[in-house]
Order: sequence, then structure tokens, then C-alpha cells
Amino acid sequence: MNKNKNLQDFAGVIGECVKCGVCQAHCPTYQLSRREGAVARGKIALAAALLEGGTSLEERLQEDINMCLMCGSCVSKCPNKVPTHEIVGAIRRQITDNEGLSLIGKGVSTLLGSKALMNGLIKGGALLSPMLLKKVPESSGLRLRFPAPGMQDRTVPKIAFRNLFDRLPEFIEGRPDKPVVGFFAGCSITYAYPEIGEHMVSILNRLGFSVYLPKAQRCCGIPALSSGNGKLVTELAEKNVAAFKGRDVQHILTACGSCNGGIGEHYRTMKANFESFTAKVIDFSVFLRDTGLFEDLAGMEKWPERTRVTYHDPCHLKIQGITREPRLLLKALPNVEFVEMADASVCCGLGGTFSVQHYQASKAIGAKKAHGLQESGASMIATACPGCIMQLQDIINHAGMQVKAVHLLELLAAALSPRRS
Amino acid sequence: MDAQIIAELVEIVGADNVLTAPTDMITHSYDATQKCYMPDVVVYAEKTDEVARVVRLANRLKISVLPRGAGSGFSGGSLPVQGGIVLVLTRMTKILDIDSDNLTAEVEPGVITAELQRQVEKLGLFYPPDPASKEFSTLGGNVAECAGGPRCVKYGVTKDYVLGLEVVTPTGDIIHTGGKTLKNVVGYDLTKLFVGSEGTLGIVTKIILKLLPKPAAKKTMLVQFETIEGAAKSVAAIIGAKIIPATLEFMDGATIDCIRPTSPIPLPEACQAILIIEVDGDAAMLDPQIARIQDIIKSFGILSVRIAASHEESEEIWQVRRNVSPSLRRVNPDKFNEDIVVPRSKVPDMIRTLEKISTDYGVPIVNFGHAGDGNIHVNIMVDLRHHGMAEKVERVLDEVFQAVIALRGSISGEHGIGTAKAKYLGMELDATTISYMQRIKDAFDPNHILNPGKIFSYNSNHLPVKTGNN
Ligand SMILES: Cc1cc2nc3c(=O)[nH]c(=O)nc-3n(C[C@H](O)[C@H](O)[C@H](O)COP(=O)(O)OP(=O)(O)OC[C@H]3O[C@@H](n4cnc5c(N)ncnc54)[C@H](O)[C@@H]3O)c2cc1C
Ligand code: SF4
Ligand code: SF4
Repeated sequence: MNKNKNLQDFAGVIGECVKCGVCQAHCPTYQLSRREGAVARGKIALAAALLEGGTSLEERLQEDINMCLMCGSCVSKCPNKVPTHEIVGAIRRQITDNEGLSLIGKGVSTLLGSKALMNGLIKGGALLSPMLLKKVPESSGLRLRFPAPGMQDRTVPKIAFRNLFDRLPEFIEGRPDKPVVGFFAGCSITYAYPEIGEHMVSILNRLGFSVYLPKAQRCCGIPALSSGNGKLVTELAEKNVAAFKGRDVQHILTACGSCNGGIGEHYRTMKANFESFTAKVIDFSVFLRDTGLFEDLAGMEKWPERTRVTYHDPCHLKIQGITREPRLLLKALPNVEFVEMADASVCCGLGGTFSVQHYQASKAIGAKKAHGLQESGASMIATACPGCIMQLQDIINHAGMQVKAVHLLELLAAALSPRRS
Repeated sequence: MDAQIIAELVEIVGADNVLTAPTDMITHSYDATQKCYMPDVVVYAEKTDEVARVVRLANRLKISVLPRGAGSGFSGGSLPVQGGIVLVLTRMTKILDIDSDNLTAEVEPGVITAELQRQVEKLGLFYPPDPASKEFSTLGGNVAECAGGPRCVKYGVTKDYVLGLEVVTPTGDIIHTGGKTLKNVVGYDLTKLFVGSEGTLGIVTKIILKLLPKPAAKKTMLVQFETIEGAAKSVAAIIGAKIIPATLEFMDGATIDCIRPTSPIPLPEACQAILIIEVDGDAAMLDPQIARIQDIIKSFGILSVRIAASHEESEEIWQVRRNVSPSLRRVNPDKFNEDIVVPRSKVPDMIRTLEKISTDYGVPIVNFGHAGDGNIHVNIMVDLRHHGMAEKVERVLDEVFQAVIALRGSISGEHGIGTAKAKYLGMELDATTISYMQRIKDAFDPNHILNPGKIFSYNSNHLPVKTGNN
């Protein structure tokens, strides 16, 4: 059964849009095109018309509804907190339900089914190597995010030979006086950046926590959500909730902003009783702050040569108000000289599967970050979401800059390691 | 719309910039008044010449043209009440010149107000008009509505900064008014005529703006009062002492009730009015000025004074002000939002009258706004599901506007007439004056194709909007 909300369920909040236009100032797709169809207000007007029967899912409506990163930037600044990203998700699901996975979903499967197409792309270096892609489950968001034509010059992550689950056991025992915490790794960390996952686990372990990393966990469902595949979202949600039933965990940590938005925020909106699961979901930066680790770090002797690092706000954390903790961590780190950059909270442009469908637009939205980054003089840009890391590195490479995009946990691990670089 | 016309439009602006699908009409049918009227076709223009050719085509075929900026207007100015071509200018976004030697800027109409402000401030310059919508309203829309904001008490409104314009007239001619100099008395001052003309006399395609040097520093304070009288008298006393702060904003008790739960600054029950006062200029001047203001107002029933010591603390104070609009819906679901203005010494009288009207009719009226220039945002908060409420609101509005006129004020300080206030035009202007205005319109626009049904139409309903913004 499909447990996602449908458009009808949003009728009330759609009516809350007062058409003020405030969202224009915060919507990345609007700022790029300056067209009303691209902004939240326009999409809400379309949603209202759909509900009233004033229009059907015609082609132009689909184009406008696709022109959305589901970043939620509009939501946090909207005076009435109209959840446009969720409403767009509901319309995309309706489109998929009516017409099948016509848009992105189909594109992906034909591509995966065609050797010739695949080979062409691999030569261009645009695609995850198919051999290694085999190691990534069919339902993984990584597959939805990258293999698409028109992305020949995209920087893509390498798939690791040994993924996180190959590297770590399911249960990593800590001190007996400390609770067990769950770790939801997500596709990007599991398959592309397993070392980030290893850092997470070893830091938690070092603090005494036992870590539960159930191998039955799956993709969080954000890319499926973005491409309107409601059935898959439901399936993944149920599997993930079940996966963590294996042990009694105090919290379920994420080190990926999107996963946090997925298994935390989105599951909460679903028509299912996932409450006991979602209530435990917590971003690693918030969790680590609560352990008092930041004070310990701040007490450490500062390194003589610190790296100048700035921070990029992942949308899925920003809209939950998690903007302070990552910065507090960076400020506390002995190996880091933190500098703020202009437009730190502007979306990187990845947007679930947005960048597959609209790579040029995605690149143009991302390019806006390059300026602030350059001005900050930072040699690294840290963030808390692997999706953003991929996109940021792509932006940096296209801008010809010498900056490295890293995860906060990499910097933290370096600070805690005995070897100083 | 006729395929031939569409083909001609495509020929002018290109296929991407002509939208004809029914859903495109939906996304261009509204503005911040929340009224909806479907256009027949939507055109995005990117150059003056394109604007002129579209207007010429429309004039030849007698089709209405509706200039549209960000669609953030509060009086329905951009609504296609009679259908026609909605001509969107948001893609004309070039800042053509910022001239530090002559303190001027030249921009296209789709430039966002705050974007220009950020760019000139990088050069130590300053564009003062600051409508609350500055992060998304266009300068073209600001010129068309003569937008104002909190800073206008000291720095004036949009019209005080427009030096010259390039305008496409309703017959499709391209004309140039004013210029790059502060002084210019050659011919009629058409610049002033176009500013505030709500897109009914011409489409602005370039704007030359006056800039100021950026004030070196500013200081913000928030004063809580026991009574609204105390606050109103303080405003009069500050101005009377010949001090003009950069902003002088007030909120009444009903407003404070709405924001109390979410305010970052504690607001006790006893607080029945707030003034937010900001002074700017040389850093050394600010403390003495703040001290003087405190001295002037100290006998008016002050509960507390908070002076921001840092940028963050000043932001915290402004957050209190910004919380106002979104929190109004706590009172009632339907909002009638007026922006009346009275001579500033009359603010206490006007507030008293509003309180009386509110009690007489048993209707909550929430007031806040720019006390320094007499501009009060009057929000009549009702639930229209109650029987007879709509008629009651009509009478309340009539009384409010009559009181405004009696105090020699004006029924709109910032938002314009558009369709929303058209039926009240005759309350403020005599018939002869209105007929002169209409003759100007006739002279510019013989076929009445440019933004018809605005300012002078009397048949539109004065409907409410859902609460949420101001
Ligand atoms: C939350 C909020 C706060 C606001 N706060 C303020 C405030 O503090 N002060 C204030 O003054 N207003 C305020 N407004 C009202 C509104 O933002 C202003 O009137 C603004 O100037 C409108 O600009 P726009 O680009 O949205 O124009 P639109 O709404 O698109 O159009 C407004 C009018 O201008 C005409 N027009 C637009 N562009 C052109 C052009 N290039 N040439 C000729 N005519 C044109 C249109 O035909 C229409 O008649 C607020 C609105 C909102 C929603
Ligand atoms: S900011 Fe919110 S209420 Fe305002 S137009 Fe956008 S979605 Fe609607
Ligand atoms: S979710 Fe992001 S892209 Fe979509 S409408 Fe809101 S701000 Fe724009």
C-alpha cells in the first residue's frame, strides 16, 4: 500500500499560500529563470488548480513541477510555512501514478538496459562504472542520481570496491555504560564514501557508544521521492523502519543531510505510524554537540598550520534549522580556521534527481556558489551531506578552482588522529 | 488567442518567451492581493525594443497589455482584469551602470530592489527606498507604485530617487524623460508623472536613479510603552524636536498581542505599544542622538528601552517587526489591509479614531507601520463566515477613510490604487481633478490598451485577503 500523502492531503496548506511572493527571494530555480512557473507561488497555484479540477497533469504543468529542487528554501522563509517541496513531491507521485515512471525513472531504466548507451557514457567518463554499479542495489538513489545522458562533463564519485557493509560488522561494541546508537549510512556513504561512514563509527566508538549498523537498511528514498516513485518510497521506508527493529537503539544517526530529511522529515509526513522510528533520527552534528565533544575539541591545542575551511548548508539540514551545530563543530576544531562564505545557505543545485533531468540548470544554480567560495579564500569547503560534496566538487572543478569539498567528519577524524599532517 | 497574433509575438520575443498553455495563464493570473484573472497570453520581454513592438502590435489590434514585475503588488495593479497580454519584465535584470563620481545608477526594470542596494553598498553608496518587499519586488514595480518603506521618514520615497526614465508609451513609442543630472528643468517633468502611474501611462524600460553616500553607522533601539498615547506623543515629540531618525516604526497593543508568543525579545502584558527607532550617520553622532531621544520621550510612560549593541542585537529588534505580518492570522482568518497616511502630527488622533471604530463595531483592528511619516498599516481582522460581516467591513472602511480625509491624509501611502481601492478614489480627489487625470490617460493611451480598469474603475469589489503578510 502506498503510504505517502497525496495532493488532497495538502489541500489545507495549499490554501495557506497568501501569494505574497516572498519565496521569489529564496527559490534557486526562480532566480535562474525569473519565471513564475519556477517559483513556489506558481507551483502552489498549479496545485490549487489541480485540486479544484481547473487543470489536469498537462505537459507544461509537468515542466513547471519538474523545475524544482525540492530544497525547501522557500518553506523556511514563507510566512505561512507552506511546504512546497512536499506538495511538489505529491504532484510528481500523481504524475507517476497516472503515466508510469515516464520522466526520470524510465530514462534511468532504459539507460541501464542499453549496453550501447552505457558504453558511450563510460567512455565520456560520465558514468559510474557498470561493473561497480552492480554492487549498488537497484533501488538505490545513487543509480537515480547519476547515469543519464547530457552529463558528459560531470564529476562523479568513484564507487568503492569494498562498501561500508563489507568493511564493518553489524554491531560495534562500545563501553558497557554507554547506550547503543544506530547508524543509518545511506547510499552515498555506503557505496561512494565508505570512509566517511568508518569515521562516524570510530568516533562514536571512541566516545564509548556501541554502534548498530543493520545491513538490511536501504536507500532513504529521497531520489525516489524526487522522481515521483511513491511505491518505492513506501517500500524503502518500511524496510528501513524494520531494519532498525533488530536492536533497541537510543538514537538513529545520519551523516547525510538528505538521508536525515528522508528518514526523519519525510517518513514523519507519511500515512504510517513511523513515529517511534522518526523520533530517534538525529543528525550527527546535533548528536555530537549533545555529547559535549565540542567543548573537548575547543580545549585542544590549536594546530600551528590550520586549514582555512568554509561551510555549505545542505538544504535538508537548513530547513530543519540545523545550521549552528556544524559551524560550532568547525569553530571548535583545532585543525580548522573557520570562515563564513557569502551564500552559504544557497542550494548547491543537486536536488535529488533534479540534476539528472536539468543538468545545465543544476550547474548554473551551483555556479552561483563559486563566487562566495572564491571570496572566502577557503581551501576547503566542508558540508554535512555527501550529495552536496559531489555537487560542490563538480562546481569547483568547472570553475577551475583549487578547493576541496569535504565532509565535516573527515576534518573531525583528522583532528582526533594522532598523526598531524 | 488568435494563432496569427501568437505567431507575431513569437517573431518578436522568440518561442520560449511566449506562453500560451492554460497552466501558464494560471501562474500569471494573480498578485499579492490574491485575486485571480486569466490573461490570454503571457510574454516575457528582454529588451526595450521587444516591449515597444509588443505594445505596437497590441495597440494596432486593441488588445490590453499588462506590465508585470514581481507580482508583489498590494492593489491589483498587474492583474489582467480584462484579459489580454501579460507582459513580464522580470528578465530585464541588468544593472547597466553604477556611477560613483556622479552618484547615479542606471538599471533595467526587472532588477530586484535589494540586489541594487547590495551592489551599490559594495561601493560605499546607498539606495534608500526599502519596501518590506525589497528582496523580491522589481525596481520597475517600485517606480510604478512609488514604493516606500521604513527609511522613507528620513530619506523619502521612490520618486525622490528617480532622475530619469526610458518609457515605452501605450502607442509603442520610446521616450526619454529627465536624465543623469540632479537639476533638469527642460520641458515638463514627465519623470514625476510616470512615477506612481501604476503602469497605466507607459512601460518603464530603463531607470536612472540617484544614490547617496552610505551612512557610516547606525544604531537601533526598541522602546516599550504602557500606552499607545505615550508612543504616539513620543513620535510627535521627536519630530517636534527636529530630529529625523532613519526609521520610526510603531506597533499597537493588538499587534503586540499577535507577536508576543514568538518574539525573540520578551514583551510583558503591560507593554501596549512599541517604537523601533533607528538613527544613522557618523558613528560619533549616534550615541548623543540616542541619548537625546531617550531624554525627549522619558516622560511618556516607558516600560523599557533596549539599545542594540551589535549587528545581531539590531537584527533581533528588526525580527520583532518582521514577525508582525505573518502572526496576524492569530486574530482572525480574513484581513483587510489598508495603508493610510495622515500628517505625522495627527498620528495620535488617527490611532484614537481607529480604536473608537474598532470598539463601536466590535471588529479587531490591528495597527502598525511607519509612524515617522504618518503611514499606518490598518488591518481589519474579521471572519467573513459570520453573517453580515462583509457589509460591516464596508462601513468600517468607509469610516476609516473618512477620518483619514478629515485629517487631511491620504487613503494610500504606498500600495497604490489599482483595482483594490479604485472605488474610494472619489473620496480623496474631487471630480474635476479625477477628470484631468483621465484626460492625461486619454492623451497617452487613446485606445486604453495599457493596464485598463485600474485606478479609475469603480466596479471592482473590495474583497479581503487571507492573512499572512503586509
Ligand atoms: C510582503 C509584502 C510587503 C510589501 N511591503 C511594501 C512596503 O513596505 N512598501 C511599499 O511601498 N510596498 C510594499 N509592498 C507592495 C509591493 O511590493 C510594491 O508595490 C512593489 O513596488 C511592487 O513591485 P512588483 O515588481 O511586484 O510590481 P507588480 O506587482 O508586478 O506590479 C505593480 C504595478 O506596477 C506596474 N509595473 C510593474 N513593472 C512595471 C514597469 N516596468 N513599467 C510600468 N509599470 C510597471 C504593474 O502594471 C502594476 O500596476 C509589499 C508587498 C508584499 C507582498
Ligand atoms: S512565500 Fe509562501 S505564502 Fe508567500 S507566495 Fe510563496 S508559498 Fe505563498
Ligand atoms: S523547494 Fe526549492 S526549488 Fe522548489 S520551489 Fe521551493 S525553493 Fe524553489
